[in-house]
This record gives sequence, C-alpha cells and structure tokens, in this order.
Amino acid sequence: MEAIINALPYLLEGLKVTIYIFVIAIILGFIIGLIIALFRLSPIRVLNWIAKIFIDAIRGTPILVQLFFFYYGLNSLDFISFDRTTAGIITVAINAGAYFAEIIRAGIQSMDKGQSEAARSLGLTSTQNMRHIILPQAFRRMLPTFTNQAIISLKDTSLLSVIGIADLTQQGHITIASSFKAFEIWFAVGAMYFMMIYLLSLLTSFMERRFELR
Amino acid sequence: MTMITVKNLRKSFGNLEVLRDISVEIKEKEVVCVIGASGSGKSTFLRCLNKLEDITDGHVIIDGQDITAKEANINKIRQEVGMVFQQFNLFPHKTVLENIILAPMKARGTVKEEAIETAMELLEKVGLKEKADSYPGELSGGQKQRVAIARALAMNPKIMLFDEPTSALDPEMVGDVLAVMKQLAREGMTMVVVTHEMGFAREVSDRVLFIDNGIIAEQNVPGELFANPRNARTQAFLSKVL
Repeated sequence: MEAIINALPYLLEGLKVTIYIFVIAIILGFIIGLIIALFRLSPIRVLNWIAKIFIDAIRGTPILVQLFFFYYGLNSLDFISFDRTTAGIITVAINAGAYFAEIIRAGIQSMDKGQSEAARSLGLTSTQNMRHIILPQAFRRMLPTFTNQAIISLKDTSLLSVIGIADLTQQGHITIASSFKAFEIWFAVGAMYFMMIYLLSLLTSFMERRFELR
Repeated sequence: MTMITVKNLRKSFGNLEVLRDISVEIKEKEVVCVIGASGSGKSTFLRCLNKLEDITDGHVIIDGQDITAKEANINKIRQEVGMVFQQFNLFPHKTVLENIILAPMKARGTVKEEAIETAMELLEKVGLKEKADSYPGELSGGQKQRVAIARALAMNPKIMLFDEPTSALDPEMVGDVLAVMKQLAREGMTMVVVTHEMGFAREVSDRVLFIDNGIIAEQNVPGELFANPRNARTQAFLSKVL
C-alpha cells in the first residue's frame, strides 16, 4: 500500500499523459475515419483506392511496427523530425482511423435506401443527405462499436511506452525501478486503466440513452 | 400545357429490360393512375420520372427540362417533383415538423419561421396539426403517409408522384390517405399515381395507364378502360383485381 501511495504522484503524471494522448488521438482518428469512409464510398475511383490501400495497410500491420515506423523510420529521413509524443499520437490516431473508417462505412451502408431516396426526391444534394439524414442516424447505430474501438485505442496507448513516452505504463516501469514493488504497482496501473475504460463505457451508455433511436 | 413528356424511355437492370420503349405525355393538372401487375415495371416507370432510377435510354422532360440531359441540374428539378413512397420513408430521427421543414430550408433556403408556418398549414390540411412535435415512430401508418405527403408538398412542387401510397397500410388507414390525395387532385395538382386502388383510379383519375411487361399496353379514361378494356392483357388483369 505504501509503495502505491509513494508511486501515486508519478502514476498520476503518467495518467495525464495517457489521457492527453488518447483524447487527441481518438478525435483525430475519428476525423480520419470519417474522411476515409467517405472516400471509400465515393463514386470517384481514385479516392476509393486511396481508402482501400490505407485501410489494408493499417489493418495488415502490427501497431508496434507502425509506431517504430513513424518514430524511428520517418525520423531517420533528413526532412522529417517528430518528437515521441507526436509520433505516438499519429500512430494511435491512424490506427483508430482505419478501424473507424470500416465501422462508419458499414454503418452508412446499413442504412435503408429509402432514407436517401426520400431525401434526394425532395431535392437535397447528396452532401445534404449525408449530413442531415444518413450520418446522424448511422452514428447513433455505431455508438456501441465506436466505444469498442475507443477502448482498444486507449489500451493501445500503453504500447507507446516502448519509445519512451512517459505514459501511465512507462511511469509504472519507472516507479518499480526505484521501489521494486512490481506486484503492487502493476496492480495499481491496471486499476487506473480499468477506471478509465469503465468511465468510457458509462459515458457511452449515457450517450446511447440520450440519443436513443426512435 | 404539357407537364411531363416521356419519349422512348428504356430501363434495364443488367440484362433485364424492365421498361421497353415507353412514350407518354401528361398535361398540367392531369391525374394519371398507373396500374399493372407486380413486376410489370410501373414503379420503375414512376421512379424514372424524378431520376431515382438511372435512365438507360430515351428522354424524360419535366416542365420543359430534359432530366436526361447531361447539364440538367437534377436536384433543382426534383424540388419541383414531390414523391410519396410505399414505405413512407420519413426521417425517424426528426420530428414531424422537422421532417417537413428540412428540405424547404436546406434546398430552397426558406427562413425557418416561414417554413414552420407553411408546415403547420400543411399539417392542418392532412389533419395532423397536433402531431407536429411527435416522432415518426409514434405515428400509425396512415398518419406517417399523410406526413410524407405534407413533407413533399412543403416544397410546393408542380408535380406529385405516388408510388403505391396505400399498399403498406392497414385497410382502415387507407381512406384517410386517399382522401388527402383526392383533395389534392381537386386543387389541380398534376399527379402520377402507381396504385392497386382501382376505386381511386376510377373515381379520381383523368386517365389510366395499364403497364404490362415494360410497355403501356393500354391507356384510356378510367370509365372506358375499366368498362371496356380492349387489350387482352388488360382484360385478364382487371378480371383478377376487380
């Protein structure tokens, strides 16, 4: 117990970093996902291909390799220099983006065709149809799947410790190095991740009730 | 004045030719009912009139504008052509009022207060003023369809298309919807109605088209077509449905 209390200020520092990276990455990831999903569904062939290649490349490679690529790989080029946090955020965001894109695409495609037909028959453009009719309904349906991906992305941030980002997991390592209390501290770190994920699912069930499908 | 001109319209889905050379003219204020067996192509014909289906060949001219022309602004033309669907297709995430004011505000740029005023008048007309703040899920089928009609009318269209508007309704709901449509016909709306309601076709329409196997097999004023069908296919069809 004492070990945990002594380590707590450091762990909370790490928690802050984890939350910071997660929030930025998940927002970026969502935007990336939305854009890629719209590319994927676009009638323009080139956009289609870009989206397909992006999704396949990200889904087809381990996130740890992506992290090394963005941090060590890109930084080895003369004209690019990322700090660790930027590389970490990009990795998690792009990874979440690829999965979000597939979730959003499936959600849009699962919409009843009659909704688009009604909107278009009223003279709304395809963009207005997406914005006012399709996406609002599709997003509500996708909420549970979004949460799932958000939880996965939150856990993925713990991998960022391997490039030396001082996140919650990294702070766990550091405090153990001085206290040698591996059991207590990893337990505390696990509990902190658990709390974050629990709050995330509470937030989602709140949103699901708030935006209940009628 | 001619409101709709269809010239040599053809529509194929892959190798399946659903409409084979349809030509017809519909005048302003005319009410035309389209009848025929399932799979005859009558709904596809209707959906070609506002280009919900891509047109394989031929021309459809709405109020002087060829919608098949490359430079045609289909969104603009659709604003003049209201459509009512068998499955209503109300927007479930929006209230009745929001369903009605969306297109006038977004497509026509009508200010909100004005759109609401028009919407309330239309809801009064279809007898659902008290449902303005309900969601579609809270309405019966007949109420949904009347809202759908009000939504289409809110764009103040020149033409109204009805695609089997009463086919998904419980029998006791059909009357209310038909009553609204009759009222509309009396007010001089140009209407094309795909329907199985032979009573409505007989009573309200100026002309009935019988579509069979992708062509207009016979057309006439309803009194003549129902009493003395000339085409053998029309006779066979009417003997089954009347």
